[in-house]
Amino acid sequence: MAKIKKKIKTIKIDADKCNGCRACEIICSAFHATPKYSSSNPARARVQVISRRLKNIWLPVFAGEYAPAECMGRDKYVIDGKEYDECGFCRASCPSRDLFKEPDSGLPLKCDMCESDPPLSEPMCVQKCLNDVLTYEEREEEVEEEVKPADVEIGLESMIDKYGLEKVTDTFARMSASKNV
Amino acid sequence: MRYAETGYYLEIDLARGNIERVETDPRLTELHLGGLGTSVKLHWDRVLPETKPFDPENLLIFSTGLLNGTPAFSANRTLVTFISPQSGLLAYPMMGGFWSAELKYAGYDKVIFRNKSPKWVYIWIHNDKVEIRDASHLKGKGALETQDLIREELKEPRAQVAAIGLAGENRVFTASIEQSRSSASRLGGGAVMGDKKIKAVAVRGTKDVYLARGAEFMEHMEEVTEYIKFRNTNPIPDVMTILSGIGSPQEMKHTDEKWHTENFMWGNARTRRRDFWSKPNEENWTTTQLTAIQRLISCFNCPQQCGALVSSESVGGRKYMMKCFGKLTYSMAAYVDDLRFNFRILQRATEYGVDSFSTPQILAFAVELYEAGILTDKDFDGCPSDKEGRFFWLLDRVARREGIGDVLADGVYYAARKIGKGAEKFDHNTVKKHEQLPLKLGMLDPIYFLMYSTNEKISITQIEGNFPQAAFPTREQREAFVKDWLQVPDERFKQYVLEWEPRGDNAIPYFPTPEMCSEIVDWMEMLHNIDDALGLCAGMGSFCLKPPYHIHNYPKLISAATGMDIDEAGLKKIVNRSRNLHRAFNNRRGMTRADEKPPEDHWKRRFPELEEQLLSTYYKFKGWNMDGIPTRERLVELDLGYVAEDLEKRGILKDGQN
Repeated sequence: MAKIKKKIKTIKIDADKCNGCRACEIICSAFHATPKYSSSNPARARVQVISRRLKNIWLPVFAGEYAPAECMGRDKYVIDGKEYDECGFCRASCPSRDLFKEPDSGLPLKCDMCESDPPLSEPMCVQKCLNDVLTYEEREEEVEEEVKPADVEIGLESMIDKYGLEKVTDTFARMSASKNV
Repeated sequence: MRYAETGYYLEIDLARGNIERVETDPRLTELHLGGLGTSVKLHWDRVLPETKPFDPENLLIFSTGLLNGTPAFSANRTLVTFISPQSGLLAYPMMGGFWSAELKYAGYDKVIFRNKSPKWVYIWIHNDKVEIRDASHLKGKGALETQDLIREELKEPRAQVAAIGLAGENRVFTASIEQSRSSASRLGGGAVMGDKKIKAVAVRGTKDVYLARGAEFMEHMEEVTEYIKFRNTNPIPDVMTILSGIGSPQEMKHTDEKWHTENFMWGNARTRRRDFWSKPNEENWTTTQLTAIQRLISCFNCPQQCGALVSSESVGGRKYMMKCFGKLTYSMAAYVDDLRFNFRILQRATEYGVDSFSTPQILAFAVELYEAGILTDKDFDGCPSDKEGRFFWLLDRVARREGIGDVLADGVYYAARKIGKGAEKFDHNTVKKHEQLPLKLGMLDPIYFLMYSTNEKISITQIEGNFPQAAFPTREQREAFVKDWLQVPDERFKQYVLEWEPRGDNAIPYFPTPEMCSEIVDWMEMLHNIDDALGLCAGMGSFCLKPPYHIHNYPKLISAATGMDIDEAGLKKIVNRSRNLHRAFNNRRGMTRADEKPPEDHWKRRFPELEEQLLSTYYKFKGWNMDGIPTRERLVELDLGYVAEDLEKRGILKDGQN
C-alpha cells in the first residue's frame, strides 16, 4: 500500500488544570449544530467532562471510534489514590454506556477536531477553554493509506448493529418510498 | 419554536402530588425577560399579601435565567424565590453551579412548587419524566452528602442536585439550598424548601436550547471572550486586590486578607482589629488556605475559578466545596485567629446547609449575650468553654433547633426579641430583619446609604458593583480609571468619578450629590436586575468594576439569542418594570419608608437631614412617592396599570396624593 503524509491532530489535556466548567462541551455542541450555533446541548458534545467533584476528578474525555460491541472486560484505574469509573478514560461510543451518543437517536458521536471549511486555527473546545486545559498540537507522520468511512457510514453501521440489516433496509426502503410520493 | 428559553414551566403541587408541564405565554418574555423578572410576576399574580412564609400558598420557585444553557459565558445562576421567613418579603437568593443549565436542557425554564408534601420527598426531573420520590431515607443527611447519594441511587452521575441539610429540614431561618460548589443562601430558602418537605431537586436534561441568530450571538460572545482575557491579564490598578479582577471575589485564589481582617468587624460585627495581619497570623492564614485547597473550581460554562475543593487532614480531612467569604466569616465571628477553625466548621455548616454570612453572626450574637449575662449557664448547658468548641456547639444547636438553638435559629432579629432582657440592643447589624456584612465605618457614604436602604435584595454584596467603592486619591488615577471605561451607560458618570475626591468639598457625604447618587444606584440595580433576569453571574456583570457584560452588549446578546429586537432603552424599561413590580409586591406586604434604613451604627458619623434628602431624592428619581411606593404614573408608564389598581384598592396608594 502507498505511504502518504498524514496530519496528526492532538489535543493535549492537562486534567490537573480543569475547573470543570464544561465550556468545551457547550461550544462543541453549538459548533456541530445545524445550522452552526443554532442550539446548544452538552449531551450532544463530542467531549465530556467526567466530574466526580468530591473525589477531585475532573476529566475531559473526547469521543473516539464507535464500537459495536463492548469489551470482554472492563478497566478501572486508580491514580494518586483516586479511583476512576469503569472505562473512565475510554473514548469509545459503545453499548456498555450512554456516553457519546446522540440523545434522541442513540447514534454514535465522534470528535472530528472541528473540521470545517475554511479550517479553524484550533478546535472550538481549545479556543473556549480559557484555563489552558486543552492545547492543540499538529504534526505530520508518514502512514499507510486507508479508506476512512464517512459519518453516514458509521451511523448506518451502528444502526445495522443495533437493529439488524433487514430492518434497516426495510425502513430505508419504506422511508424513501414515502419521500418520493 | 422558542429561543433561549424553553417556553415551559414545571408546576408541582406537593399536597396532591400533581405534576404539570405548562406552556408559557411568549408575551411574558417580552415584558419581563425571564429569571427574576418572570418569577416576580408569578409571585405577584399568585401569592396574596396575607400569605405567610410557611403557609402552603407560599410559592417556592426555582428559576433559570434567559441565557442559561446558551454558550454565553457565566450564565449559570439559579434563582430561588419565595417569601422569606426572615424579612417577610420576596427574597431571591441565587446560586451558580450547574443546576439551571441542566433544567433548561431538561426542557423547563422554572419549577414552581406549591403546597406542602405530607412526607419527605425529592423530585427527579429527567427530561419529560418527572417523579416525586420518597426521601425518608435521606432525612438528616448532609446537603452535600445528599447530592451524591441521589446521583448514586438514580445511577445518573450527571444529574445536578440542589439539596437542603438538617438546617433546612428544621426550618432554620438562615438555611441554605446547596448545589455543587454553590448555594442559594440568603433569607432562608432552605427553610421554605424544608417546610414543603422537599429534601432535594435532581435534574438531568439532554435536550437542545435554541438560539434565534446563533452565528450573530457567537460574534458578540467573541468580543466578550476577548474582554475576559484582557481583564484576567489586566487587573485594575489603584484598587484593593479583591476589587481588581472579575468574577466573584477571588477569595480562593488570593491569600492576602489584610484588608478584610483589619477593616471588617470581628465577633457580632463588633470589633475592628487594626493590627491583626501580623507575620504569624499571615503565615497561619496563607498556609492553611494553600494546604487545604486542592483545586480551584468553576461553575457551568465560566472561565473564572471562584470556588475551591477543600480537602486536607489539617482541617479535618472531610471534602467539601468552598467559595467567597465563607473562608473567613466563622473565624472572624468567633475571634479565632487560627484559620484552620474556619475551614473545619464550614465543612459542618455546609452539610447542615446554612448561610455563611448570617449564621456566624447569630452564633457571635449568642456568645455576646452570654458574656453580658443575658443568656445564662442554663442556656449554655453542655457547651464547651473554648471559643472554637463553643461555636461548634452553638452551630449544632441551631441546625437541630435544640434548646437555645431553637431561638437563635430564627436569626438575630427575632431571637433578640424572643430573649428580651435587653438583647434587642445586640441586634445592631440587621436591615429588614436580615443580618448584614460585618462592616462599621466612619463617614456616611451616600451611595451605600441608598443601596443598603432601598434594594429588594437586602444584601449589600449583591447590590454594589460597577461604580468605584471610594474616590481615587489623585487626579491622575481618576483619569486613568475613566479612560477605557466603556461600561458606563452615560458619559456623565466619568465626570462624577473625575470630580470625586477623598477629602474636601467633593467628598462623601455631600459628594456625589443626592441626584448623582440616585443615578449611580439606579445604574447598579439596573445591572443587577438584568443579570438576575438573564441568569448571568453578577461577577461578570453587575458586581465588579469594568466587567465583560454591560448595558451596551446585553441588548445585542439578548436580541441575537431570542430574536426579539431589544435596544438599551427597551432593556432598561423591562428591568425597571420588574424592579417596580418587586417593590409593589413588598409594599403590598407592608414595606414602607420606615423600613428603609441601614443599621444605626453602620457609620459613626451620620447626617439625618442629608439622609432624608437622599432617600427623598432617590424616591423621586425612581418615580415613587415619599413612602417609597411606585406612583400610579410610574406604574402605568411601565404597563403596570393593574398594579396601581391593586395598590389603590388596598389603600396603599391613595388617589390624588401621589
